[in-house]
Formats: sequence, structure tokens, C-alpha cells
Amino acid sequence: MAQKTPGLLSRFGADTAFMSFVAILMAFLYIPIWVLIAFSFNDSRSLTWPLSGFTLDWYRKLWSNSDLIAAIGNSFYVATLATVVTLAVGVPAAMVLHKFDFPGKSVFRRLILLPITLPGIVTGISMLNMFKLMGFPLSLETVILGHATALLGVVVTQVYARLQRLPPSLEEAAFDLGASPWRSFIDITLPNIRSAIIGAGLLSFVLSFDEIPVTFFLTGRDNTLPMYIYSTMRRGVTPEINAVGTIIVLLSLILIVVAVIATRERKK
Amino acid sequence: MSFLRRNLPSMLVMGIPLMWIALFMLLPYGIIVTYSFWLKKYPTFIPAFQFGNYVTIFTDPQYVRVFLRTLKISVLVSAASFLLAYPFAYYLVFRCRSVALRTWLYMAVIAPLWVSYLLRAYIWKTILGTEGVLNSFLMSLGIIDEPSSLFLYNQFAMVVTLTYIFIPFMVMPIYTALEKIPTNLTEASADLGMGPWRSFWTVTLPLSLPGVAAGFTLTFCLSFGDFIAPFLVGGPDGNLIANVIATQFGAALNWPLGSALAIVMLVVVLTIVSLSDRMERKGMTGGV
Repeated sequence: MAQKTPGLLSRFGADTAFMSFVAILMAFLYIPIWVLIAFSFNDSRSLTWPLSGFTLDWYRKLWSNSDLIAAIGNSFYVATLATVVTLAVGVPAAMVLHKFDFPGKSVFRRLILLPITLPGIVTGISMLNMFKLMGFPLSLETVILGHATALLGVVVTQVYARLQRLPPSLEEAAFDLGASPWRSFIDITLPNIRSAIIGAGLLSFVLSFDEIPVTFFLTGRDNTLPMYIYSTMRRGVTPEINAVGTIIVLLSLILIVVAVIATRERKK
Repeated sequence: MSFLRRNLPSMLVMGIPLMWIALFMLLPYGIIVTYSFWLKKYPTFIPAFQFGNYVTIFTDPQYVRVFLRTLKISVLVSAASFLLAYPFAYYLVFRCRSVALRTWLYMAVIAPLWVSYLLRAYIWKTILGTEGVLNSFLMSLGIIDEPSSLFLYNQFAMVVTLTYIFIPFMVMPIYTALEKIPTNLTEASADLGMGPWRSFWTVTLPLSLPGVAAGFTLTFCLSFGDFIAPFLVGGPDGNLIANVIATQFGAALNWPLGSALAIVMLVVVLTIVSLSDRMERKGMTGGV
């Protein structure tokens, strides 16, 4: 009773402390991104404060950079195919984890989720060794296989989580009505996990588009966009990278919005 | 025929992922295990069965130092991420009364995951560099007179950059774990006369430990295997294990040693994952 006032006061104090903490964290996360964007429009080659003037030159330069354009094309190719392949393997894998019981299931689960925590470099060099041993030339296709393997865990966790939340009665009803496993998957399960698949697919696409550690070891002569940017960075910091970066930030933002809408659509 | 038709779908469903794992995970891991026992012999390497590569890794001070440095950096990154992520997640779950604000703040922390990882490392290089944004900013304010090399190319820069990159992986599991704690538990402990600190220490924190364990596992393992951020902001004594591995497969051309290093990394990651699995199961708040 006597504690009421100090309790309220300390609650107010705690709220203020929490708010300032959140504000600092947001500043830590977002000021750097604004810095990146600001310097992409700055008319000086060096990235030093204060900003000297506005220009679109760095963006204009991107258009005439044919290596960059080729790298972007390669990245789209790799990310699209890697997403398709990882979904084709990951969705069945999630179904297996959800539906079947078999000896070694926990090993299977661990292995398939391993690449989430396993640094990409291990996936990269182990697959590099295998391709070299088999005399398989490195190319964008070997990169696709590497990405699909590295991203499997992402797809499996997302789809599996959704499958776990589906009431089993749905499929049982389909079976009772005489549907084959295949039919019941297509007509019952798939529509219910569709938004999870779309979400996982979008995330895989972004992660593959952006991937370096696996690509670093598995690519042949062709560069993907992040590999191209990386090799430019080795030579130093330039506003052109900021311009590419700003475009990437913008595209990521659009994709996030798409993902939010796509995964929300289910609960009408 | 009809047997095949009935069972073909489930055989495919089982078969595709199993084959993939066998071909693209087990086989490659098997190959690097094999390579790790081979010998480097100019100009390439020859099959052998000896533990020389592992002996080198654990006795040559050069590798021991890199190994310890990597451990130190990964622990610091996990700790820093934890100190930032826990109060944030706690605020979202227990203190933030507006659902919209909670959703937005959560999204704001997760969203950077969708923005190129490479860019996030690069940004810090441009900010912390000698000719960088922070230095020139501090100079324009008159706080320092000449550019300081204090910020870039050291372990501090590496910890800041990796924390910046991996913090979403700490927020997500802690948030999920906190969200699962029924509010009536903390209410009950308050009714029993426990102060907010006591009920935090005895109720909330222990119940959220599985999430903390998952967060530490992710941030630790990801920093442990990173070679891009060290390369961009780490400087000469900022090499981590992954950089050394990359060198063995590049300039140094010592695949057996590189494979052995990769195996050591694989074992460290597996150990940490199974430890945290055990912790999560002990926590019994459920899990994936």
C-alpha cells in the first residue's frame, strides 16, 4: 500500500530505461544503413564526413559496368534454380520428418538442419573436394548445388513448423474418403502449407542471392553479384559499392513486404 | 505395378532427401575426413594415413593462436549479442503494450537478415576506417584532431561488425522462448510477494534459457566460421580459422591441412549444437 507510489515511479523509470535501450539498439542497427545510402548520393570519391554534394553519377556508372550487369544476371540464375532445387528436396524432407518414423530419424533430422549452424566454408570446401575428385568442372551449376544444400535447413524448419500445426484430422478425413496419399497431399496438405513454402522460398532466394562462403569455393569463372562486389572491395572502398548497396537494400525491402503479405494471406 | 503406384509417392518423398544428404553431405564430409589424413607433397598431395595435420593444428603455436582468437571473438560476439538482444526481447514480450509497435520493432530487428550480409560487413568498413565516416565525423566535431586508427583493423571492429550481422539470430530464439512463458507464472510469483527482480531471476530467466542457448549456438557457430568480416575489418592479426582454411585451399595449396582444419571446425560446431540440444530438452519448454 505504502509501496504503491515508489512502485509506480520505478515502473516509470524502468519503462524509460527500456525505451532508451530500444532506441539505442535501433540506432545501432539503422544508422549504418542510412550512412550507406547517404554516401551513394555524395559527389566525392572518398567516404568522409561531411557530405559534399548531391550526385547520381555512381548510379549512372553502374549501368555502363558490363561485369556488374553480368554478375547480376548470374546471381538471378543461381538464386532461382537454387530455390527451386532446395524446395524440391526440402519440402519432402519436412514431410518425412513430420509423417514417418524410422530408425536413424534423429540423425536424419540433425544432418538436414546442420547447415543452419554449420559455417558455409565447411559446406563449400567439402563439396569443392568432391567435385574436384569426380572431375566435375566448377561452374554456376556447382554453386547451385552448394546453395541448395546449404539452404535445406531453412526450408525444412519453416515447412516442418507449419506441418506440425496442421490438425492431423484433415489428412485422416481425406484418407477416409478414399484419397490416395498423393491426392491428399495435393488437395489437402499443399494448400495448407503453401504460404510457408512461399515464405521459405523467398528467404532461400534472398540468402542464395547474397551467399558468399559457399560460392567462393564452388564458382568457376563466372562471378555472382556478391562475389563481384567482394572482389571490388578488395581494391578499396568506393561510392559505387554504396550505390549497388542502396539498390540491394531497396530490393530487400520490397521482398520483405512481399513475404509479409504472402505469409499473411492465410488468415483472412 | 499397383504396389509401385501406391508406394511410389512415399518412396520419392523419402528417397529424394535421403539421396541428397548422402550425395551432397555425407560423401563430401567423408572426402574431407579422408583428405585430412593425407600428406602435402610438392606440388600437390599424396594419400596417406597419418595424424600429422591434426598434430600441427594443436601444437603449432601459429594455429593454436588463431584457434584461441577465433574462440575469443565468437564468445565476445555471442555475449554482446546476448546483452543487446535479451533486454530488447524482454521489453517486446513483457513491457510493450502496443501490438503494432511490438510487431514493427520485431520486424525491424529481423529485417537486416534480408539485406546482404556482405553489405553489412562493408558498411562497417566504411564507417570505422581511418579515412572513414566515424573518424571524419569526430574530426568535424573537433573531438579528435587527426584520424585515429583505433577503430578499424582490430578485434574490436570485428566484434562490432559480427554482432551487427548476427544479432537477429540471438533475438529470434529468445523472443520465442519468452513468448512461451505463461504470464500467470510471473503474476503468481508477484502475488507470492516476490519483487520484479526476484521473479525475473527465479521464474523468467530460467524458463527462457533454452532460447538463450539456441541464440548462443547460432551466433557462436556463425561467427566461428566467418571469413568475410575478418577479411574486411579484421586487419593483419584478425585472421580467424576460416581465413586460414581459405588460404590452405588458395595460395598455400595445402588441402590436407585445410581439410583437417575444416574437420576441427565441424567437430566444434557439432559439439555445441548437441550441448544446446541437451539444454533445450532439459528446459522442456518444448522446441522445434
